[in-house]
Amino acid sequence: MEPLSWFEILARIAQQLLPVWVALVLTYALSIRFKRRLGLYGKLFDSTVGMIGFGIVMFWLFVALFANFVVTHDSLSQVSGMRNAVPGSALRDPRDLYPYYLLGGDSLARDVFSRMVMGAREVLRIAPFAAMISFMIGITLGLPAGYFAGKLDTGLTFLANLVLAFPVILLFFLLVAPEIQETPIPRVMAGILFLVPILFVTVLLNARFFTQPAKRNLYVGIVLAVGAWAYLGLVFNADPVGLWSMSPNLLNVFVAVVFVNAPTVFRIVRGITLDIKTRDYVAAAQTRGEGPWYIMLWEILPNARGPLIVDFCLRIGYTTILLGTLGFFGLGVSPESPDWGSTINAGRRLLTVYPHPALVPALSLMSLVLGLNLLADGLREESLRD
Amino acid sequence: MLLFLFRRIGLMLVTALCLTFIVFALTNMPAKLETLAKTQAGSRMTDAEVDRWLERNGYASPMLVRYGEWLGVLPGWVRTDDGGTVTGRCVALRDTPEAAGERCGILQGDWGFSTRFRAGVAEVLSARLGATGLLMMWVLIVMVPMALIVGILAGMREGSRTDRALSTVAIASTATPEYVSGVLLIALLASSTVGLSPLLVSWGWIDGPVLFQGNARSALEDITLSNFTLPVLTIALYGMGYVARITRASMTEVMTQQYIRTARLKGVSFGKIVVKHALRNALIAPFTVIMLQIPWLLNGVVISEVLFSYPGFGWTLYEAAVNNDIELLLASSVVAVVVVLVTQLISDVGYVYLNPRIRIS
Repeated sequence: MEPLSWFEILARIAQQLLPVWVALVLTYALSIRFKRRLGLYGKLFDSTVGMIGFGIVMFWLFVALFANFVVTHDSLSQVSGMRNAVPGSALRDPRDLYPYYLLGGDSLARDVFSRMVMGAREVLRIAPFAAMISFMIGITLGLPAGYFAGKLDTGLTFLANLVLAFPVILLFFLLVAPEIQETPIPRVMAGILFLVPILFVTVLLNARFFTQPAKRNLYVGIVLAVGAWAYLGLVFNADPVGLWSMSPNLLNVFVAVVFVNAPTVFRIVRGITLDIKTRDYVAAAQTRGEGPWYIMLWEILPNARGPLIVDFCLRIGYTTILLGTLGFFGLGVSPESPDWGSTINAGRRLLTVYPHPALVPALSLMSLVLGLNLLADGLREESLRD
Repeated sequence: MLLFLFRRIGLMLVTALCLTFIVFALTNMPAKLETLAKTQAGSRMTDAEVDRWLERNGYASPMLVRYGEWLGVLPGWVRTDDGGTVTGRCVALRDTPEAAGERCGILQGDWGFSTRFRAGVAEVLSARLGATGLLMMWVLIVMVPMALIVGILAGMREGSRTDRALSTVAIASTATPEYVSGVLLIALLASSTVGLSPLLVSWGWIDGPVLFQGNARSALEDITLSNFTLPVLTIALYGMGYVARITRASMTEVMTQQYIRTARLKGVSFGKIVVKHALRNALIAPFTVIMLQIPWLLNGVVISEVLFSYPGFGWTLYEAAVNNDIELLLASSVVAVVVVLVTQLISDVGYVYLNPRIRIS
C-alpha cells in the first residue's frame, strides 16, 4: 500500500480521536451553558487564555481516559519491517491490525502514535496525584509553621530550605538509583509521605465536626478505613483486594517527585498563612474560642485557595517536566514504559536521522505543560478580578 | 548588615554540612559499595571477597568516621599488612607512605580519585568546570538581556497587544523543558534529512550539510557559532520565560506608582519615563530571580550537556552517577551545593543592597 500523505495522516488521527472530540464538545457545551452557577470554574470560560489552556488540558485528560479506544496498535508490540518507519507508513502485512503506523515507528518497530497515547495515560496517572500529595504535605506543615511561628517554624523552614538547596537532578540520581530500591529508604519515605494526607483529612474533618461526635466518628472512621486500605497497598504493596498497588520502581519515582515539590508548597502556604492570620476574621474566630486547627483548616485555608489553585495547576505541569527529566536520564518507571520522558530518551540516539520518535512525545509534553500554564494564568486573572 | 552576613554564612555552612552528609550517606550505601568493589576487582566476587575488599580499602569503618575522613577532620585510615607495606587513604592520595595517619579530606584539598576517568577528581573537575563556566557565561549573555527586554516591553503597557503576545511567548518558553527544546532544535536545525538544513543546502545558502551541529564536543577546542549555538539556546530558552515573567510583573507594578504618574503629568516622554524612572526600580526583583535561577540552570546544564555530549560539569555529574563513581559524584555534589548556597547568599545580600528601603532600616 501507498504511504499516507500528511493530510490523510491528520484526518485519520482526528478520526481515531473521535471519543475525545465528543467528550470535549460536551464538556464545553455544558460548562458554557451553566457557567454562571459554577463559581471560579465557570468564570474560567470568560477568559480566552484560560479557555484555551483548559481545552488543551482536557484534551490530554480525555486522551488518557479513552486511550484504549484511541490507540491503533498495542504500545509494546513490534511489527516487522516497521523499524524507524516514517509517519503514515503502511504495514507490510496488516491482517487484523490497523493498516498504518500513523506517526511512524520507533527504533524497536513500535507504533509512535499509540505510544504517545499510552504515554499520556502514564503521565497523567502520576503527575496530578504526585502534585496532590505534595500539596497536602505542604499544607499540613505550612499552616502550623505560619500560624504558630516560633521554633516549629524555624525548624521546618530550615528543613525545607535544606531540600530546596539540593540540585534537583542530583537528588534524582541519588534517590532513584537501582541500589536505593533494595534499601528500605523509599519505603520509609513513602511511609511518612503517604501518612500525611491521611492525617490531613482526619484532622480536617475532626476539626469541623468536633461538636457532633456521631457525625465525626462516622466521617473520620470512613477516612481512616479507606486511608489504611490505600496506605497498605501503596506503601507495603499488601492490599488484599489489589486495587491500590505501586511497583517499587514507580514508588521510588513518586517519592522523589513529591520530595522535590513539597518544600516549595510549604513555603507558599507558610507565606500566605503569615499574611492571613493577621486578618480580623481570624481574630474573631480566636475570640469565639475556636481551636487552632479549626482556624487553620476552615478559616485560613479556604481564604488561601486562589493562589493555591493557581499554583496547583503550575505544579502539575512542573511535575510533568520532572517526570520527563527522570525518563530522559533513564531513571523512569521501566525501560519499555511509554511515558514521554523515556520515549524522548529512546528517540534521541537517532534524532538527526529519524526525528519523529522523539519529536512526537516532546511536542505532547510541551503542549500539556503549556496548557496547564495557560490554565493557571487564566485562573489567576479570573480569581484576581473578584 | 555585618551581623546579617555572619548569620547567613553560618547558616550556609550548617546547610552545607547537612547536605554533604546526606549525599555521603546515599552514595556510600552498602549496595553501592558492593557495586564499587565488583567493578574495581572483578564482577564475579563472592560476598566474603567483597567484604574483604571493602575492609582492605578502608570502607569497613562506620559511616560517620568515613565522613570525617572524607571531610578531613579525622585522620585517614591506615593499614599495615603482613609484609609490612603500609596502605591508607592518604598513602594512596599523596603517593608517599609517610602520609599515613595524616588528615587528607576535602578541607586539605584532597578530593579523591575518580574511578570512571582514572584521574584525580580535582583535575577532572577543574577542567570540566572551566568548560561549563564558558557555557554558563554564554547562556547568561543570551538569556538575561532577552528576558529583560521581553519583560520590560510586556510590562510597559499592561494589557496591550504587545503584552499579550510577549506574555504568551514567555509562558510557552517556561513550558518547554530543556530536553524538549533540545530535541526540537536539533530536529529543526541540526538534521541533514529534515528541518531547515536540507532546505538551506538546496538553496545554496550554507556550505556544510547542516546549519548547526547537534554535537558540541568540538566546542571544547574551538567554540564556533555552529557547535555552541544549540546547547546555549536550549538552556537559555527555558530560563528566559520565568525571568521575563518576573520582570513583567515588577515592571507593571512600578508603572502604576505615583511618581510615574507625576513624571507623565510633568510632560516627560514615555520612553524617558521607562528608561529613567521605571527601569531602575523594576530591575530589583529580576536581579534576585536571576541569581536564584543559576541553580536551576544547573539542571539545564546537565540535560543540555548530556544531550549535546559537551564534556562539562553536568556531563561529568551524569557520568559519575551512572558509573557509580563515588568520589567524583561526591565532589560534584559539593560543587553543586556550594553554587546553590553562594547564589542564594548573593541574591539575599544583593537584594538588601539594591533596595534602599531595606538597606537603611
